[in-house]
This record gives sequence, C-alpha cells and structure tokens, in this order.
Amino acid sequence: MHVFGDSANLDATVAGFLWILKLTGASAVLALVLGVLLAAMRVSPIPVLRLFGAGWVNIFRNTPLTLIVFFCYFGLYTTLGLTFSDDLARNIYWLGVVGLSTYTAAFVCEAIRSGINTVPTGQAEAARAIGLTFAQTLRIVILPQAGRAVVAPLGSILIALCKNSTIVGTIGLMESASVMKDLINANGDAVVPIFLVFAGVFALLLVPTGYFFGWLANRLAVKR
Amino acid sequence: MSNTVLYDHPGPRARIRNAVLTVVFGIALLALLWWVYRKFDEAGQWAGPLWKPFTESNTWMNFILPGLGQTLLAAATGMVLSLAFGIIFAVGRLSEHRWISVPAGVVVEFFRAVPLLLMIFFIFFGVPFLIQGPVPAFWAVVVGLTLYNGSVLAEAFRAGIRAVPRGQAEAAYAIGMRKSLVMQHILVPQAARSMLPVIVSQLVVLLKDTALGYIVAFPELLQRGVNDLSANFGNVVAAAMVVATIYVILNSLLTMLANWLDRRSQRRGKAPKEAGTPVSAVPPGGDGTAIAI
Amino acid sequence: MRITRVAAIAAVAALSFTVAACGGDDGGTGTGGSKATGIVGKAESSKKLVIGVKSDQPGLGLQTGSAYEGFDVEIGKIIAKGLGVDAGGIEWKTTTTPNREPFIQQGTVDLVIATYTINDERKQKVSFGGPYYIAGQDLLVKTDNTSIVGPESLDGKKVCSVSGSTPAKRILAEHPKAKLQQFDAYAKCLPLLDGGQVDAVTTDDIILAGYAAQPQYAGKFKVVGKPFSSEPYGIGLKKDDKAGCAKVNEILTAAASDGSYKAAWDSTLGKSGTPAPTLDTSKLTNCPAV
Repeated sequence: MHVFGDSANLDATVAGFLWILKLTGASAVLALVLGVLLAAMRVSPIPVLRLFGAGWVNIFRNTPLTLIVFFCYFGLYTTLGLTFSDDLARNIYWLGVVGLSTYTAAFVCEAIRSGINTVPTGQAEAARAIGLTFAQTLRIVILPQAGRAVVAPLGSILIALCKNSTIVGTIGLMESASVMKDLINANGDAVVPIFLVFAGVFALLLVPTGYFFGWLANRLAVKR
Repeated sequence: MSNTVLYDHPGPRARIRNAVLTVVFGIALLALLWWVYRKFDEAGQWAGPLWKPFTESNTWMNFILPGLGQTLLAAATGMVLSLAFGIIFAVGRLSEHRWISVPAGVVVEFFRAVPLLLMIFFIFFGVPFLIQGPVPAFWAVVVGLTLYNGSVLAEAFRAGIRAVPRGQAEAAYAIGMRKSLVMQHILVPQAARSMLPVIVSQLVVLLKDTALGYIVAFPELLQRGVNDLSANFGNVVAAAMVVATIYVILNSLLTMLANWLDRRSQRRGKAPKEAGTPVSAVPPGGDGTAIAI
Repeated sequence: MRITRVAAIAAVAALSFTVAACGGDDGGTGTGGSKATGIVGKAESSKKLVIGVKSDQPGLGLQTGSAYEGFDVEIGKIIAKGLGVDAGGIEWKTTTTPNREPFIQQGTVDLVIATYTINDERKQKVSFGGPYYIAGQDLLVKTDNTSIVGPESLDGKKVCSVSGSTPAKRILAEHPKAKLQQFDAYAKCLPLLDGGQVDAVTTDDIILAGYAAQPQYAGKFKVVGKPFSSEPYGIGLKKDDKAGCAKVNEILTAAASDGSYKAAWDSTLGKSGTPAPTLDTSKLTNCPAV
C-alpha cells in the first residue's frame, strides 16, 4: 500500500474520483432532461420532431462514446469555438459533460419510450376523452406512470454513465482511469493493489446504487 | 401502445399548428446545420487535401479495412465468449447451492461495476506482471469485453430464465427430468429466445466498446483509421468523421436486426405474454439489466 | 531448406515495399547449435526479431499503409542486419510511449527503437544500447509566434503533449505555471496548434521537426530551436541481456564508420536537407557491466 501512502498519489486518486462524480452528476441531470424531451418528440404528432428524435437516437447510440467525446473536443471546442472556461481542466470537464449527456440521452429516450409502451392504451384514451391535449396527456397521465416502469433501466443507465465517464480521460482530463494508468506505469510492483483500489471504489459506489434502484423499482412498480 | 393513441386525429386548427411548428423547427434545425457547416468550412475542415486520402485505395486497403477487420474479429470473439460467460454465470447464480450462487453473484456484480477502461488497462499493463508473460492487446480487449458484457448478459439471462412461466419447469419435473436437464432443455432455450433482442443490442455495445482498444494500441478501426491515418495525412477530424460513419452504419444494421428479431418473436407469440418488449421482460423488481448500454 | 526459401521470398517482398533496405544477402545461413541466449541467441537460431517502433511519428517511426518507415525503422534494420536477420525476418510492432517497458519486460518485442530516452528510472527495468541520437525537448509554435522563445516564456500559456511522456512530466514538474493539455497522440496536438487552442506543442526537437515537415503543415509551424533537455535515444532490450546490449553497441559502432548510419539519416529525416549528425561512439556506455 506504499503507493497510496505517497500523498501526491493519494491526492491524484481522490481528484480523479471527484472528476468522475462531477461528470456523472452533471451529465445525469442533463441526460435525463434531454432524454425525456427526446422521448416526447419521438411520440409527438409533429413529423419533424419525430424524425429529429429518431435521428438523434440512431446516430448517438451507434457511435462509440470515445468518438463522441472526441468530436466534442475537436468539433465543438476546436472548430466551433465553444469555450466553457479559461481553465483547461474545467473546459475539458464541460466538453465531457456535453458528450456524455448527448450519448446517454439517446439511451434515456429509448428507455422512456419503452416505458410509455407499458402504459395501458386505456389510460391515454381516457385522457383524450376528457379533453386533454397531447402535452397534457403526456405530462399528467402517461409520463408519471411510464416513469415508474423505467426506474430500473434508468438505474442501469446511471451506472453505465458513471463508468463511461472514465472515457473523458481520452481528451486529457485526469480522471480515475488515467490516474490508475499512470500509477501502474510508475509502480510495476504494486499493480494488483492499485487495480483493486480503483476497481473497489467503483464497486463500492455502483453495486449499492444497483441494489438501490432495484429496491426503488420494486416499491414504485405499478401493480396491475 | 401505439403512438397515435396519445393524440387526437388533428382537426383544421391542429393541422395548421403542426405545420407551423414543423416549418419553424425545420428551419431552426437547417440553420444550425448550416452554421456548423460554415464554421467547419472557415476552419478549413472541408479542404480537399484532408479528404483526398479517402479516395485512394491505399487508405482503405491498409488502414480502414484492416482496422475494421480487427474490430469485427474482436467483437465476434468477445460475443461468443460473453455468451458462454453469461450463460454459465446466470445458471450459477440461480443455483440452489449457496457455495455456487454467492461467488457467481459476487463475480457478476463486481465486473458490472468496473469500467471497461480500467479493466483493459489492468489486463494489458498489470496482468503481465502476474503471469510473467505478455498479454497481446487483442486479448486484453477481448477479455475486458467478455468480463463486462458477459456479466451484463448473465443478469439478462437470469431475468429471462425467471420470466419463463413456472409451469414449464414444473411440467418438466413432473415427467421426471432432473434439475440440470430442466435448465438445459427447458429454461435456457426459452430464455435465450425471449432474450435474443437484448443479446443483439448487447452486441452493438460490444462492437462500440472495441473502440477502447486503441488505448492499448490494438490496431482496430479507431487506431488505424483515425490515429495512424491522421499521422500520415494530418486530417484527424476528417478521419474521425469517416470512422464514425462506418460505426453508425454497422451498428444501425445490428440494431435493425435486433428490432426485427424482437418483432418476430412477438408475432410468433412464443414469448410470455407479459414480456412483449425487452424492458418489460424484466420482471418488476428485477434490476433492469436487460437494457443494453 | 523450405524455411530458407520462405524467408528469402519474404525478404524480397519486404524489399519491394521499403525504400532503403540494404540487402538480405545473408538470409538463412545460420549455423545453429550455439546456446546463446537473449537477442543474439534468438536472432541466430530463429532468424527473426520483433522490433517495437512508433507508428505515428513522421520521419522517425510512421506506419504508412502496410509498412513502417523512418529513422528509427532504418536503425532497426541496421541492428537486425548486424545480428544476421534480414529485412524479411523483422516483425515490426507498434509501441506507444507508456507500453515500451512492459513490452520489453514481457517479451512482446525483442528490441524497442521508438524515440526511447535513456534515463535512470527506465534503466531499472530495461537496458539500453546506444544512444544512437541525442535529441532535446523543444517547442513547436506557429511560424509567426515571437512571444514564445523557450520554456521560460510558457507561464500561463497552453502547451500540448502526450500523457505519461517525459516531456509532459518535465513541463508539470519544472514549469507548473504552463497549462498542460494531454492527449494520447501528438497527431491530436497539431490541429489545436493550428487552430490556436494551444500555444505550443512540446516534445523532442526531432519529433517536432518531423511533424513540421509534413506537407499539410508545411510553412505553418516552426521549432523554437532552444532544446532544454538532453534526450539520448537508446535501443531498449531486456535488462539481463548484457551480451545483446554489447552486441547492439558493436553494430552501432560499425554503422557509424561504414556509412550505413548516415544513409539511414539521409533517406529519412535528412530528406529536408538537414545534414546527418555524427554518431558519437564514445558515448555507447549504457550497457550494464558484463
């Protein structure tokens, strides 16, 4: 454990995991909002919106995240000039958040769409019968019920998002995976403890998260 | 529920409103795309020399196609191994012997929680110190993919096996089949069929994740098509666009296959009635791993 | 006999691809039987060598289609020839900055010739033949940039380099006020320099010169020309292969006098007109004592 006894290594490790948490947190909120909007678009009466939603999902769900993050750096920042911060790391962080939420929103959208499919037809028919508009039907009747059905898949997506946030390391953020690589290269004699610490922290964060969402899904399940 | 249930058949006013929204949104979208195009143009990203390499056969024969070949090879190997891993650990976790089910559960939960990037780094840079021999980049990628996707598939299979109606297993026991036979001949085949769309979606995930191989210099599509190609021609953005397009086409084909399989299994009505779509195939209270990401 | 013929065919095939391979005349004349270990033994018994080179550094080690080319590649051919392995017996393998030591230690490659700086930290893990070239860390800036004249003018400036590399570590340690952007490949730094998102790219001068000379960047960038470190490039091999290390130095000494070293330079980095450096054979002292 001499590796983590060195305060520089320990600081780098902690900083790496803090980036992961920050990336996950911001991207989760953005991806959820974006995903719900996209799902609404995909079931809306307006063809252009449906097309846009479908296009988003098909393009971003089928591109490796590594490339999406790459385009955020070399497309949004380098070419389009989108700058979030003068601080190098902060800027990469926000570019990473954009990439992660773009990618994850496609999955959120699909999960919510299948959630909408689990709501019985009669619910929407009844909503229309009492004169609700499309937006009202979706907001008041359908989404709350669909939401309960998608708690479990959304949990899986959140877990995947947290793991995927390591990929932001490829555009130069010193997140946990990059820190681990450096530590392994510098300490060939302590490879296993280093890996176990990093993998262990992820397991400690994510295994309980998985069980929590399983429990929540059970509690919120609509009994039919 | 089909989409049209969500809104009334549009009347004259709704039709006008929809048309206006269509035009407004359409124009906004086109304007955005045009702006992006102009900005890339200003940055010289459409310049001929950057794109010319893609009209030459050397680029395709020596960079992109060999890279694509390695990507497909790694994905195919990873898929076969993941399926095997998934079935073994799903059955293991459902075992009535705690000394089998608990370790199987721990393994599955652990590998589901560890980022693939971490796994590949460890296998490639760390494991060689343990086995005192080299780990080829190919196997670092394939083993990493197998452990991760295999664990996800194990959970999907477990949900699938539990979703097979109880009567199936009971009937099999009634005619005198033993536990292993019931699993082999009754439960796993039915679960596999209802899980087929999930399996194919997981293949899309696996194929995309092979792209991480470039961090250990595994010569797959991203390494050959973007990194090595742009070292020759200095066209990193153009190369990434071409490679991204290839990924999108490849994965769209697989997604279409998954959707087709899904529709086919629904039409045949072989899957349990409540389990129409992949997501709802996971019983409420299952942990929802059927979703591939 | 069959093996010899296959090797000869492979050699011919390789020759048709490579520019400056200097003959495969001694293919298949191995005597065998000797029990030498390390690369000398391997070269003698199998007539094959696996050499790790960079794949993305123009002028040094660049994978062009199916072949590799550059100064490091030519040095590799000289060493292989000296060990009795012809061009067809060489398997080139792409190595990246962080995996060079692991590749040697684990036996993935026999030799690493990949802009590999000799230093004490690495000497604990591998041994080095050479140096065959002395590079120095320098800065690449836009041609019209006059404000960056050396590492001391980097404060507050954005500098791009490869994560885990010696140049990146030096910037972090000695010039902490510079803002370091790290990528996995230098090829990704250049568009940033071109677009003005970073002010300089830093690594060894010889690598920077290779990029600056690429046709698509011609005239856009300049190397500042004030190297602020000394990077002796070595030929990495297993730490315990003392005989192999000595043999590599012997081959380099011969190459310095018979003109093959100069030929290697002239056909690669020297193409832009830079005269070949002299290989200082008095500095070939990095091998562990036998």
